[in-house]
Amino acid sequence: MDLSYTPEEEDFRARLREWLGKVLPALPPKPSPDDWPARRAYDLGWQRMLYDAGYADVHWDASPTTRLIFLEETEKAGAPYVGAGFVGLLHAGPTIVAEGTPEQRERWLPPILRGEEVWCQGFSEPDAGSDLAALRTRARRDGDDYVVSGSKIWTSHAEVADWCELLVRTDPEAQKHRGITWLALPMNAPGITVRPLRTLAGSAEFAEVFLDDVRVPVTNRVGDENDGWRVTMVTLSFERGTAFVGEVVACRRVLGELAAEARRNGRWDDSVLRRRLGRLNAEFRALWRLTQWNVSEAEAGGVPGVGGSVFKLRYSHARQELYDAAAEVLGPHALDLASPWMLDRLSSLSYTIAAGTSQIQQNIVAERILGLPKGR
Amino acid sequence: MWGAADPGASQPTVRDPRPRLDRALWRALGELGFFSLRLSEADSGAGLGLPEAVLVFEEAGRALVPGPLLATHLAAGEVPGAATGEVVVAAADGRLVEWMDEADVVRRGAEGAVPMDSVDPLTPLHRVPAPAPADPVAVLLTAAEQLGTAARACELAVQHARTREQFGQPIGAFQAVKHLCAQMLVRAEVARAAVYAAAVTAGRADIAAARLLADEAAVRGARDCLQVHGGMGFTWECEVHLLLKRAWVRAQRSGGITESEELLAAELVT
Repeated sequence: MDLSYTPEEEDFRARLREWLGKVLPALPPKPSPDDWPARRAYDLGWQRMLYDAGYADVHWDASPTTRLIFLEETEKAGAPYVGAGFVGLLHAGPTIVAEGTPEQRERWLPPILRGEEVWCQGFSEPDAGSDLAALRTRARRDGDDYVVSGSKIWTSHAEVADWCELLVRTDPEAQKHRGITWLALPMNAPGITVRPLRTLAGSAEFAEVFLDDVRVPVTNRVGDENDGWRVTMVTLSFERGTAFVGEVVACRRVLGELAAEARRNGRWDDSVLRRRLGRLNAEFRALWRLTQWNVSEAEAGGVPGVGGSVFKLRYSHARQELYDAAAEVLGPHALDLASPWMLDRLSSLSYTIAAGTSQIQQNIVAERILGLPKGR
Repeated sequence: MWGAADPGASQPTVRDPRPRLDRALWRALGELGFFSLRLSEADSGAGLGLPEAVLVFEEAGRALVPGPLLATHLAAGEVPGAATGEVVVAAADGRLVEWMDEADVVRRGAEGAVPMDSVDPLTPLHRVPAPAPADPVAVLLTAAEQLGTAARACELAVQHARTREQFGQPIGAFQAVKHLCAQMLVRAEVARAAVYAAAVTAGRADIAAARLLADEAAVRGARDCLQVHGGMGFTWECEVHLLLKRAWVRAQRSGGITESEELLAAELVT
């Protein structure tokens, strides 16, 4: 495990840190988590600042180590999270970089980098969540268009998105992993209905999207027809690699704040609780090391390795344990919705479900890494 | 029927005769440089560092090599003959001394040592009244041994789950078994990241974290491995119990759970 940095990487860190120190104090306050139009404007504004300063394409062009430094420093400095830009910068963008034609890259990539367009992800369906390949939304060819009908669910940011990375079934006769195609769907096309879904955290972060004979030009197809599963795996392996770097840094900061709060309110004298926080320190230190390791593997091999599933499994539970410990420290205050801890505790409940439930991740680890047989 | 056993019949017992240390093995380890690994080349060592020592102790932990490996390794360069494996060294670590009666030299903190019936048939134990202070290198190398045992437990469980058939299919096809194995790997890999990083930084908090996670990975891994083996896992013939018992012994060495958790808690507020 190489934990050292090159002089160029150290220089990048120093310049970034200096720039953050200059621009962050002048940022406006963050909008309410419920106000999606305001969040869109805020997150895109931040992306535009990154673009003007030359940091916009760090997720695509930079080495994994540089990306790690970027995420570590921005989180430590309390910079805005990627937010509404997540799908464009971390899913659709990298997919188009890897699989798009020159015209497609020219059309879609610059607006993502400049903070002008928001993307959402149209993968999951009511009957196809963790079993993504069971999706049923149909697209039939009609001249130069695909005509799409079906519905998507758990679509984050759908209300404020310009584009949707959409998976559709183009060959219903083929095996379920074949016959899927990746399309860029313009969210203003006729026939699209977006219905917000209220989460248990109270926010309308998700939406259901209904597609009723929506026409999508064939030129919006990324990759070949019926090759969408492979195109999608490019994106998902990325997600399981380095997508959580900033969050691990954030959890370590939160843990430090929690210990400070325990000292203030006297709970620190409880040795059981104190030791529980000590164990969480071990946990998040190790997850940070695992992240660094995954990144150096990605650096050596070009793509994030299987360590992503191991990391995702452990991290998603550790995050929930962190907020359970927070509740121990805070006592009755932990139940106050006005406390930022409570909203974070609620939202942490999605981590063991989103991007493949822990149960599916355990199957992936057991079958693909350990080579155990598939069940019948 | 427990009550039906003939009291006169000879019963198998967990109290087997104390094991003897294999001196030829010890000299072979010495020739390989196991003990002199971190000595400088001028002192006839290999001139390597903690990261290499961690890899070697991990392998020893995987193979359950018997003997006071850690005490002899730490004595190399200080006790004549230790580096080459000619002299066997034991020392108190926490409140235990491993292999005291078989050692040529017994170092630090072993005063008042009292023999015990060791739970681990491959590690004879004495206990001492006062705990020896924790040496960070010993804590880290213990974590490395636990990591090796955790990885071995996962391998054994997976091997068994792939071949053992029940209800007409390998038991590894059942999600309940699959998920036990997946968690064994997750714990081992998280521990591995912590142990390797601690070997590079040698920081106290990193070492404490490595120790906590490696203890957990070894002890829980061995228990889960036993579970995957079912009834066979509960027998003396199956090697799984040896993994668990050794992991329990190492968990009692200094820098154990409470100490590491307190150190890491204190680190949060400094």
